[in-house]
Amino acid sequence: MQTTQARKPFPTHIIVFLAPAVIIYTIFMIYPLLNSLRLSFFSVNDQKVATYVGLQNYITLLTNPDYSKSFWNAFQNNLVFFAIHMLVQNPIGLLLAALLVSGGWGRRFYRTTLFMPTVLSVVIIGFIWQLILNPLWGVAESILEFLHLGFLFKPWLGLPATALTTVSLISVWQFVGIPMILFYTALIGIPEELVEAAHVDGASGWHIFWRIKFPLVLPTLGIVAILTFVGNFNAFDLIYTMKGALAGPAFSTDIMGTLFYRTFYGQQLQLGNPTMGATVAAMMFLIILTGVLIYLFLWQRRIQTYEL
Amino acid sequence: MLNEAHQIPSHATQPSFLYRLHRVIDRLIPHLVLIFFTVLALFPIAMIVINSFKKKPAIFGQPFALPTAKTFSLIGYETVLVRSNFQTYFLNSIIVTFLALILTLWIGSLASFALSEYSFKGSTLLALYLSFGIMIPIRLGTIGILRLMVSLNLVNTLTALILVYIAQALPMTVFILTQFMRQVPRDLKEAARLDGASEYQIYWMVVPLVRPALGAIGIFTMIPIWNDLWFPLILAPSAKTATITLGVQQFLGQFVSDWNAVLSSLTLAMVPILIFYLIFSQQMIRSITAGAIK
Repeated sequence: MQTTQARKPFPTHIIVFLAPAVIIYTIFMIYPLLNSLRLSFFSVNDQKVATYVGLQNYITLLTNPDYSKSFWNAFQNNLVFFAIHMLVQNPIGLLLAALLVSGGWGRRFYRTTLFMPTVLSVVIIGFIWQLILNPLWGVAESILEFLHLGFLFKPWLGLPATALTTVSLISVWQFVGIPMILFYTALIGIPEELVEAAHVDGASGWHIFWRIKFPLVLPTLGIVAILTFVGNFNAFDLIYTMKGALAGPAFSTDIMGTLFYRTFYGQQLQLGNPTMGATVAAMMFLIILTGVLIYLFLWQRRIQTYEL
Repeated sequence: MLNEAHQIPSHATQPSFLYRLHRVIDRLIPHLVLIFFTVLALFPIAMIVINSFKKKPAIFGQPFALPTAKTFSLIGYETVLVRSNFQTYFLNSIIVTFLALILTLWIGSLASFALSEYSFKGSTLLALYLSFGIMIPIRLGTIGILRLMVSLNLVNTLTALILVYIAQALPMTVFILTQFMRQVPRDLKEAARLDGASEYQIYWMVVPLVRPALGAIGIFTMIPIWNDLWFPLILAPSAKTATITLGVQQFLGQFVSDWNAVLSSLTLAMVPILIFYLIFSQQMIRSITAGAIK
């Protein structure tokens, strides 16, 4: 039976099955992406005539102070944004997952509530925290005063020194459920016998976690890291909602996504520029692609040898 | 993991009081940490919902108190319903999310069936091509998408959003469904073929067998579509086509100083997705963790 299937060169029903997906995906994802990349090699003058300029847009973006200052600022902020997620969100996610696995009662309740902010729109989360941190309403301030820490309160979102960290921590607050649930999945997948055997050998809980469980969740750590990386370098909604397209104060919360939007549409004195916008998008593409390739070829390969 | 730390020493016949105290504390600590984080997750959401039902002086005077008969007010909700097009936004979001979801599942399952069922020249390459979009965000092609929509005359239509969201969701859908469809027993399909069933009939036989996977993919496709701000902002920002997320964002921008209206609109925007989440949360979380339990 199988051979009669395989021998036909290309039966029409296979085309019928595949065509809708391939066509929609190609027209609305792949083609626009390639077209956008192509546009980054062109420049459009006032008469709307496009001319091929090679790598000139990239050189402008990286070296011309009009553009390069915002680019490197956004890139650096985005690295900080990512670093805060890696250092705060993912360890807390792992901690919560470990506690969920060990905890008895209430596991389902904790799991459900801790994941809840993740399903809400970033726009809603942004506004909620803007209100909570608003000195006018004073909710955050009252809580700190209750804890006798009132002196710590500052309008964090409004100060250039603290705005980026604050916005990053709000994003961490929202998305901590994702690493939690992924680590939780990995942890409950570890065979009981392995942990039991270590118990019998007299290993402590701490020891068991770091020497037995942690190596086994390393593949998940890789997935969490790459998901965080792609999500962070593609982020936009939260900054746009809380700080607008100008990503204030003084561009201190500007990341690649807001820079892309601003370069493309223009803002205040700066005119929108589609080809430079396409160049920013192409840089984001290169950054994300680099991350994905490092994950696929370096991390995954190393983990595989580790498991052997 | 903390409470596993202590083994009863083999020589001890009767655990001491101190030992038992130690054990109780060890058991409590995980709960205390989890409760702390649960409160942290719920508190900001609760503050918004609670205060949306209060008069303005009470919002500022006693922000932590529940509304009482004296402080209860629905003025914010009235403002939202009268002054904004909430109903339109809501309807738009439902239309876009529902159609994008149904079409993704249908188109995606057709492709997954072909990829899982037939081996043909280039099938691996095609699967690879389709999975490119799992990791590369569709947003990076925004300028291309906008140009395409302009030339197709689809700017400020819900169709534009639906098409983009299908393209966005297809890679992951096809990737996961292909794996599930591979697990459907071969004998079943071969038996049907011997009975003279066409390939299309076999597709319709397989679809109900992967229903749990369709459900899980459906939930995880819906949430990002419902919550998206980027594409509504760029492709369909008109008042007629705005989705709930964009509508709330714009409404809040205009009514920033009307606290009743701000709190009420946030609550109205949150409640549907929270109800949906509470209904499906167990299924959702189970579908992620299912891979590990097998």
